[in-house]
Amino acid sequence: MLSVLTGGLEAARLAQPPIAARVPELAPESIHAPHSALALEGVSLSFGGIHALRDVSFDLRPGEIRAVIGPNGAGKSSLVNVISGLYQADAGYIHLGGRRLRHLRPEALPKLGVARTFQNLALFPGLTVEQNVAAGLVFRRRHGLLAQLAGLPGARAEAAEVADRVRDVAGFLGITAHLHRLVSTLPYGLQKQVELARALVASPKVLLLDEPMAGMTATEKAEMAAHVRSARDRLGLATILIEHDIGVVMGLSDRIAVLDHGVKIADGTPPEVRRDPDVIRAYLGAEAA
Amino acid sequence: MSVFSASVTGARLATGFSLPVLVVLSLGFVAVPLTASPYVLEAILLPFLALSLAGLGLNLLTGYCGQVSLGSAAFMAVGAFAAYNFDLRTGLPIPVSIVLAALTAAVIGLVFGLPSLRLRGFYLAVSTLAAQFFVQWALTKFSWFSNGSPSGIIAAPVIELAGLRLDSAVGRYLFSLTIVTAITLLVHRIVSGPEGVNLIAVRDNETAAKVIGVPVLRTKLVAFALSSGIIGIAGVLWAFTYLRTVEPAGFNLDRSFQILFIVIIGGLATIRGTFLGAGLIVVFPLLLGRLSAFAFDGLIDAGLIKLIERIVLGGTIILFLIAEPNGLSAILSRLSARLRALVRRG
Repeated sequence: MLSVLTGGLEAARLAQPPIAARVPELAPESIHAPHSALALEGVSLSFGGIHALRDVSFDLRPGEIRAVIGPNGAGKSSLVNVISGLYQADAGYIHLGGRRLRHLRPEALPKLGVARTFQNLALFPGLTVEQNVAAGLVFRRRHGLLAQLAGLPGARAEAAEVADRVRDVAGFLGITAHLHRLVSTLPYGLQKQVELARALVASPKVLLLDEPMAGMTATEKAEMAAHVRSARDRLGLATILIEHDIGVVMGLSDRIAVLDHGVKIADGTPPEVRRDPDVIRAYLGAEAA
Repeated sequence: MSVFSASVTGARLATGFSLPVLVVLSLGFVAVPLTASPYVLEAILLPFLALSLAGLGLNLLTGYCGQVSLGSAAFMAVGAFAAYNFDLRTGLPIPVSIVLAALTAAVIGLVFGLPSLRLRGFYLAVSTLAAQFFVQWALTKFSWFSNGSPSGIIAAPVIELAGLRLDSAVGRYLFSLTIVTAITLLVHRIVSGPEGVNLIAVRDNETAAKVIGVPVLRTKLVAFALSSGIIGIAGVLWAFTYLRTVEPAGFNLDRSFQILFIVIIGGLATIRGTFLGAGLIVVFPLLLGRLSAFAFDGLIDAGLIKLIERIVLGGTIILFLIAEPNGLSAILSRLSARLRALVRRG
C-alpha cells in the first residue's frame, strides 16, 4: 500500500502540469467567501465513539476541481455523505447556494444544484442506460402520472426534452451506442461513465465524485479524468474528487485537502501538499518525515 | 433480496401491439367465446382472469417497486365489498360502481402503504399482514358491509351493461376479459413510461434514487395506491363474475399467498409472466385432480389431493427461486429465442 502511494507521488512529481495557475489567489481558508460554490464550516461527525470528522472546514470555488485525499478511514466518504445529506453532522454548517445550513436533506440536493456519484456503483440495474441517465432529471418533472398516461402535449414535450438532454450528455461522454442496453449488462468502466452521465444530466453546479476511478484500468482512468476535466471546462462545475490514485489526483486537481483520522491536516495546491511534512507523515509513517 | 432486483427487459415496446399479443387477444375475444365449454369458462378462465389481474396489481408493487405485500386478498375483499355496496346503495351503473370500488381499495391501500415509508423487506411484509387481518375482521364484524345478511355470504348482482344482462358464462367472461385487457394496457403504459423509471429506481437503489431527486415516498405511495386499486378490481371480478357471491372468507391469507406465488412463479416485473403464473396456479390443481381420478380411480380422497397440491406447489416455488428467479417469463424468452434460431437455421 505504502509503496503504491510513494510510487504515485513519484510519478506525479515527474509529470506535473502547472494547473494551479488557473485558480488565482489560493488562500487556504476562504470559508465565508461569497464566491465559494460550497463550504463546510467546522463540521464534526462521529459514530458512537469514533470521530469520522473533527472540525473540518473546507471550501470549494466555482469551476474548481478539489481533491480530498487521505489514507483509508480518513473520513473522505463521510465528508461527501455529510454534504449530500446522507449523514447528519453533529456540529458545524454547510454553506450552499448563499445559505448556511445545519443539515441537508438528500431529497433537496438536486434542486440545490448538487449531484454525486457513489464509491460503489449505485445505478439501477433493471433500467437501460437511457433510463438510468433520465432518472437524473426526474426531480424537474412538472407533469404527473395522469398527464403522462393521457399523453398530454406538455407531458410529451417534456419527455422529448428529457430524451434530448440524455442524448447530449451521452454524446459528451461517448456512451451513445449503449443507450438502449440494460445497464447491468455493461462492463464496469462503462457503468461508472453512466453514473457520471446521470450526475451531469441535470447540469449541477457542484459535483461530488466518490472514487470515480476505483477499479478501473489505466486507460479507463485517463478517459474518466478527461471527462471530469472537460465537464468542468464546459459546465463551469465545482468538483469534489475523492480518489486514491495520487498520480491522477495531482494531475487533475486545482487544490487538494488531506484528511487523516477525520482531521484536515493539509490544504493547498498539489505542489504545496506534496511538500507538506504532515502529509508525508500520514502517508509514510513518522520515520519518513 | 436478489429476487427483487430481477432484471426487466428495458427494451421499449412499440406503441402498436406486437404479433403475439394480437394473436392472444383475438383468441381470447373471438375464438374462446365461440368454442369454449361453460366448464372451461367457469372453472378455468374466469378465475384465471381475476387472479391474473390481482397478480398484475401485486407485480406493480412488488415486482416493479420492490415493496413486498402479503395483504393482496384484503384489497380484493375491499374492492368486492365496495362494489357490492356502491351497487346496492347508489344504484349507479356497474362500471361506475367498479371504478368507485377501485378508488376505495386504492385509498385503503394507500393507508396500509404508509408503513413502507419507514419499513423495508420482511418488516414491511409483516405490516401488510395487518391489512389482511384487519379487513377480514372488519367485514365479518360489521354486518352493514354485507347488508345484514346472517350468513355473511351475499349474492353478487348480475352485471348489466346498457340494458344487456351479462348473466351467461360467455357474457361474464367477455366483461372480465375486457377489463383485464384494458388494465393490462394501462399497466404496460405506466411501467414503460417515466413512472416506470421511478418505480424501478426505488426498487433497485433507494438511496441513489433519493439523492438524485426521485420522489421516493411519493413513488411508493403511488405504487401502493395503483396496486391496491387494481387488486380491488380483481376482487370485483372474482366475486361478481367468477363466484357470483361476495364473502370475506374467500379473501383470506391463503389467497394473498396465492397471488404472491403467481408473481414469483411468473416472474417479477414482467406483465406476461403474471399471466403465465396465474395460468399455472389455476390449471395445476385441476390437472392434479384429473390425474389422480384417472390414475388411481378415486382411491385418493379430496383432502389428500389438496395436501399433495400444496406440497408440489411449495416445491415448485422453491425450485423457481433457486433455478429461475426470473420465472416462467424468462423460460418463455429462452424458448422463443431458441425457436427463432431453429427457424432461421432450418
